[in-house]
Amino acid sequence: MSLMTNSSPHAHRPLSVADVMQRVLLATLPGVLVLTWFFGPGTLVNILFGGALALLFEALALKARRRDPWQTLNDYSALVTATLLCIALPPYSPWWLIAVGIACAVLLGKQVFGGLGYNPFNPAMVGYVVLLISFPVQMSSWQAPRGLAEVPGLLDALEALFLPAHYDGATAATALDLWRQNKGMMFEDMARTTPEFGRWGGRAWEWVNIAFLVGGLWLLKQRLFTWHAPGAMLLTLAVCALLGFDGGSSTGGGSMTFHLLSGATMFGAFFIVTDPVSSAVSTRGRFLFGALIGLLVYLIRVFGNYPDAVAFAVLILNFAAPLIDQYTQPRVYGSQKEDDA
Amino acid sequence: MRLIHDIPGGIHPPERKALSRPGQLRELPLPNRLVLPMRQHIGAPASPIVKEGDRVLGGQCIAEATTSMSVAVHAPTSGTIARIGAHPIAHASGLDDLCIELETDGSDQWLSHSGVTDYRAQSPETLMAHIQQAGIAGLGGAGFPTAVKLLARERGPIETLIINGTECEPYITADDTLMQCEASAIIEGAQILAYIVGAANIVIAVEDNKPDALAAMTAAAGDDIEVATFPTKYPSGGEKQLITILTGKEVPRGGIPADIGIVCQNPGTAVAVRDAIVHGKPLTHRVITLTGEALTSPGNVRAPLGTPVETLMEFAGFQPPMHPRVIHGGPMMGFALASLAAPVIKTTNCLLAPTPDELPLPQPAQACIRCGLCAEACPASLLPQQLYWYAQAKDQQQLEKHHLFDCIECGACAWVCPSNIPLVQYYRASKAYVVDARQEKQRSENAMHRFEARQSRVAHEAQEREAKRAERKAAAAAKAAASGEDPVQAAIARAAARKAAQAETADEPGDPS
Repeated sequence: MSLMTNSSPHAHRPLSVADVMQRVLLATLPGVLVLTWFFGPGTLVNILFGGALALLFEALALKARRRDPWQTLNDYSALVTATLLCIALPPYSPWWLIAVGIACAVLLGKQVFGGLGYNPFNPAMVGYVVLLISFPVQMSSWQAPRGLAEVPGLLDALEALFLPAHYDGATAATALDLWRQNKGMMFEDMARTTPEFGRWGGRAWEWVNIAFLVGGLWLLKQRLFTWHAPGAMLLTLAVCALLGFDGGSSTGGGSMTFHLLSGATMFGAFFIVTDPVSSAVSTRGRFLFGALIGLLVYLIRVFGNYPDAVAFAVLILNFAAPLIDQYTQPRVYGSQKEDDA
Repeated sequence: MRLIHDIPGGIHPPERKALSRPGQLRELPLPNRLVLPMRQHIGAPASPIVKEGDRVLGGQCIAEATTSMSVAVHAPTSGTIARIGAHPIAHASGLDDLCIELETDGSDQWLSHSGVTDYRAQSPETLMAHIQQAGIAGLGGAGFPTAVKLLARERGPIETLIINGTECEPYITADDTLMQCEASAIIEGAQILAYIVGAANIVIAVEDNKPDALAAMTAAAGDDIEVATFPTKYPSGGEKQLITILTGKEVPRGGIPADIGIVCQNPGTAVAVRDAIVHGKPLTHRVITLTGEALTSPGNVRAPLGTPVETLMEFAGFQPPMHPRVIHGGPMMGFALASLAAPVIKTTNCLLAPTPDELPLPQPAQACIRCGLCAEACPASLLPQQLYWYAQAKDQQQLEKHHLFDCIECGACAWVCPSNIPLVQYYRASKAYVVDARQEKQRSENAMHRFEARQSRVAHEAQEREAKRAERKAAAAAKAAASGEDPVQAAIARAAARKAAQAETADEPGDPS
């Protein structure tokens, strides 16, 4: 009888990369639903269109690299990248904006480096930053949320996507935007009198943030990542906001809950900062990685030129990840403190 | 109550221990043929002292230890030596090795044997010699010669002897069964071992998934011996891991447990030591777990060493599935046998015959997504994903910087890897690669030193010659100056005189030269 031989271990936990990616997709659901409630089907249409494009680009790139597309497409990673980018894009974006973003994310962000696992930068953020720098007008026109304007329907969304010249939507500045441009109003007054502000953060955005927090906590409970990176980012952002909150003067940074529940804070913390490929590797390293992102997010929001900062902060820390790894190797069993270099 | 410490990492794979019904021990009908490898332990192989055709009795030594890092091999029953030669063995390499094949005669006649009456009256050295002669190597899995391990006390005073009944690998219940069936023998063996190493304390360590073994050991232990239990987690049974769980101390890197006053032994080894010292019986049998869903009657069996795996598979009702596999050891650290003809040896604690549904064949590896699940699972706090990266790059410096050699190959990282990367295989290959590279470096350094030494020797000799020549020259000049002669003229005169003398002797007749 001929026996099969293979190397130990012979047992394996039944959890694959595809399972991990599927769960990440599932975890975006609460956030996407809340976005859809407040802003209409724009984000959903973004995701469907962007997802299809991502699969197409990935397949073409794999073909060009002489890999079997089917073996790699079924890891769902292209869909995750597309979904994350499309959540970050303004709803009712034109088709070409999405196409450029997805192409940059999948091709420049990932495939040129050798595909999944070899990309030094977060692919979704690469796509996002390329668009933000190249098309600032389109990238900063967010649909006004439910309560400030009429919520568009599916036909509007398709028109915006394929016939952008004909589409005329109602856009509004976000609370982060307004606070950055604020001259002379106390934070409390602004939050009370400006309709774009909500109870704790930006109007609609506070609920979007809470929904992404829920999805993120579910992922954390699934133990797909540890609390270190997202926890450190939120903690640092909160501490910075607390220290920078000078009683709410017009030149201050805004309140802690405002920072935690506005813009891309929770989405960034649980879906972008947690991207394992481009982050630091050890738990200590990931804590530092997240903390520095939190710090940069605060600094750029308060002192920088952009209203939100997650994408830039993440990309900068992607650069720093190998350096962080160098200094955060865990202490191995049996080693003394001095040989823990 | 002992304070139990946690270790970093670890995993909880399905245990599947009930499959082999721990606590029930069957005897194997005497096989017709036993194949006894000369290498059943770590160290130098034993050397045969019998010839083909010799009749031997049970317990008779048929191969003796060649060095101190070697143990003897004994006939498990009476019979005739049928053949001495290469035979498939249970080894990860799948290669053949020297074995003595014994045709059993069914009468199971034994050499008369008797132990020492009071081991406390003997010196530890005498007892250790008995243990080596009885062919005892660690029965837990690695097969380290027990007598050598007991030399531990030369490294420093030993306080604690730990009997490692953790058996943290899934499926295996051999130690569990032994603890339930022979608790008092384990205790007796432990006392002998503690006497030899000079340990005041004995701790029997049992994972909390073995309540029956725990109860049996507690009942047998009495008041002086502690039985400790702790939560089930793989790989708590690793020697270093267990020491940390029980004491909170860590074995220093590159050190052994004796450096912190601890010696660990397996329960099976304790029983073998008891048999050797109290009854004078060498190690010829062991308890083996036969398990896996491809077996119709799995269970624990006491089998003679040298029993072909085939015989045991037949005994347990092996129904070969598609792509049959038989794993020597457990599913985490065991190796797949290349041939069923291989015999069981002193380290065979389990033979696992899984169906493909039960333990699926490895899936194709995908790209590492650096998710870090491996780093969370690693009990040595390594960064397996980084090691994998450097293993692919063959970056020796980084591999060593990331402590490749602290990897205990427990397989926890590969178990959790969502990309199905055979991480342990990479680390094994890298260890071999790094060892080779170190040796290569050593060789080239040696060559460089030799070259430099030769260069300096040659230069030194030339210098010496030069100095001597200068000295002679100076002496000659001094001599010439003293006698007032011109050295050149003197030499010409000497040469002329010699020539003249030669011409004179050549003229003499009858000169034989």
